[in-house]
Amino acid sequence: MTAATDAPRLAAPRPRGGIVQSLTDSLVVARRNLIRMRRIPEMMIFGLVQPIMFVVLFSYVFGGSMNIGGSTDPSVYRNFLMAGIFAQTVTFATAGAGAGIADDMHKGLIDRFRSLPMARGAVLTGRTLADLVQTALTVVVLAVVALLVGWRIDAGVPKALAAFALLLLLGYAFSWIGALIGLSVRTPEAATSGGLIWLFPVTFTSNAFVDSGRMTPWLRHVAEWNPFSATVQACRELFGNPGVSPSDAWPMQHPVWASVIWSLLIIVVFRTLAVRKYRSAA
Amino acid sequence: MPGAIHAEGLVKTFGDVRALDGVDLDVPEGTVLGLLGPNGAGKTTTVRVLTTLLRPDSGRAVVAGVDVLKHPNEVRRSIGLSGQFAAVDEYLTGRENLHMVGRLYQMSGRAAKARAAELLERFGLADAADRPAKTYSGGMRRRLDLAAALVVSPPVMFMDEPTTGLDPRNRQALWEVIQELVAGGTTLLLTTQYLEEADHLAHEICVVDHGRVIARGTSDQLKARTGGERVEVVVHRPDEIAAGREVLAAFGRSGAVTVEEHTRRLTVPVTGGAKLLAEVIRELDARGVEIDDIGLRRPTLDDVFISLTGHAAEQKDAPDAPDAAGATAASRKDPLK
Repeated sequence: MTAATDAPRLAAPRPRGGIVQSLTDSLVVARRNLIRMRRIPEMMIFGLVQPIMFVVLFSYVFGGSMNIGGSTDPSVYRNFLMAGIFAQTVTFATAGAGAGIADDMHKGLIDRFRSLPMARGAVLTGRTLADLVQTALTVVVLAVVALLVGWRIDAGVPKALAAFALLLLLGYAFSWIGALIGLSVRTPEAATSGGLIWLFPVTFTSNAFVDSGRMTPWLRHVAEWNPFSATVQACRELFGNPGVSPSDAWPMQHPVWASVIWSLLIIVVFRTLAVRKYRSAA
Repeated sequence: MPGAIHAEGLVKTFGDVRALDGVDLDVPEGTVLGLLGPNGAGKTTTVRVLTTLLRPDSGRAVVAGVDVLKHPNEVRRSIGLSGQFAAVDEYLTGRENLHMVGRLYQMSGRAAKARAAELLERFGLADAADRPAKTYSGGMRRRLDLAAALVVSPPVMFMDEPTTGLDPRNRQALWEVIQELVAGGTTLLLTTQYLEEADHLAHEICVVDHGRVIARGTSDQLKARTGGERVEVVVHRPDEIAAGREVLAAFGRSGAVTVEEHTRRLTVPVTGGAKLLAEVIRELDARGVEIDDIGLRRPTLDDVFISLTGHAAEQKDAPDAPDAAGATAASRKDPLK
C-alpha cells in the first residue's frame, strides 16, 4: 500500500460550467443510483407489491358496491380504477427519492458530493432521473397486471402513450417533493414515512378511487382542484376509460393541460427549494 | 505569503453553541497541521468551513490561494476531503466509487477509469475492486475513502479524524500512507483526538477547545510548556518517602518534589535525561531506600492538554457530538503513560 506520490500534483480540470456540465454530472449521479437500484432489487419488488395489491383489493372488495356513471358492474369500476392506481403508484416515487437522499446525507455521501467541483443541482437531478426510470418500469409491470385483470385501453395507442407520459411527468414532479423531504429530515426512515403519510390524504381526496361528483360540495372542490385529480381525469380520457367527471371546474374540463401545468409548477417550486436546501445542507 | 490553508477569525454559532469562536490558522505549503482537541471542540466545524461545506458567520479563509467564501467551486477543484465516516457508496464497487468521483471532478471517462485502476492498485484494493464496498472491512473502506479524496492528487488535503475507530494495525498502515502523501508535497490539515497521532504526523499542532485555538506550536514546543522531563519514583515503604524526597530534591531542576502519599509516588522535574536517572538510582541505593518503580517520564500531549485546559482531553463533555466512538477508546489510555 503506497500513496500516489508520483502522480501529478494538479487540481481537477476547470469545470466547464453551464448546462452541459449540469447534464453530465446529473447523468453520472443517475447512473450511480441505477446501479444501486439494481443491487437492491427488493426495493423495486416492494414498490410493485403495493399497487398490485391495491388493484386486487379495490376492484374485488369495493368493485361491487361502487357506482360509476350509474353502473355498479365491478368490471366498469375496474376500468375506472386503473387511472387512479397508476397515478397513485407514480407518486410513490416521492418516498424513494426522499429515503435515498436522506440515506446519502446520513452516510456522509452528500458531504463528499458537496466538496466536489460538480454542478450544484446534479446530485438531486441524478436521483430524480433514476427514480423516473424506476417509475417507468413499475408502470409497465402494473399495466401488464391491469390488462390481466380486465383493464382495457379504448382510445387508441397514441393517446394511451400520452397518458403514460403525463403519469411519468407527475411522478417526476413528486420525486422533487421527496428530494426536499429527504434533505429536511434526519433519518432515511423518517423520509420514507414522511414521504408517504401525506400522500394518502392527497390521493384519496381526489377522483382516483371514487366519483368526485358524488362527494359533498366542499370536498368535491378540493378534489377537482387537487393536482393529482387532473392527471387521473386526463388518463381516463386518454385511455378511454369510464367515469370521466362531467364537472364545470377548469382542471376537470381541460385535464391534460391542467396535469401538465400542475406538474411543471411542482417541479419549478420544489426543485428551487430543494437545490437551495442542498447548497446549505449542514 | 499566506500558507496553502489560511483562516482568520472564523466564527460559527449553532443556536446557543459557539462552535467556532475566532479560529485563526495558517498552514505553510507542504506541511501538516494537526488540529487536536476533544469532541465538540470545533475541529470538524473548522474542516467543514475550509472545505466549503459550511459558511461561517464571520471570518475569512483562503485555501490553495482561493477565497473559500467567494469562490467555493474554485476551491473544490484543489482539495480532497476524507471524512471520519467512510463516505463511499456501499452498494457500488470500489472501482465504481472512484470512477464516479473522478467524473464529478470533471475528469473524462477514460481518465477517471485509468485513475481508479491506479488508485485501487496503490491502496491494496485491486483484488476487491469489483466487489461492492459493503463487503469491505473497516480498514479497506477507510482506504477507499482516502483514495476517493486523492482522485485528482489535490494539492491540499483535509482529513477529519482519519483513523478514528480503526484497529492499531490499520491505523499504522494509514499513517504510512499519509506520510508518503506529505513527502510528495501535499499540504494536509488533519484533525484528531489521538494525541499520539498528532505527535506522529503533524509538523505543527493547534490545540482547540470550545471553538478556540488555545495553543499552537511543534510537538516539542508544546511539551516544553509543561516543564519537560521528570523523574518519577515509587518507594517501597511509606517511611522511606522523606529520604526519597531529599534525594530527588538534590537532583531536581527547581527542587519542587511532588508527593503522592497513598501511592508513595514522588515526582520532580529534571534536566539530564538517562544519565541523571542512573545517578538518582545510585544515590537512593546508597541511602538504603528501596524502590518499587522508577522512570524518566517525558510529557505526552495528554499532559500538554491537561496543563492547558485543566482537564484531560477525553473527560470533557461533548454537547454537540454525543456519539463519540473515539472518546471511549481514548479514555482507556492512561494519561500518565
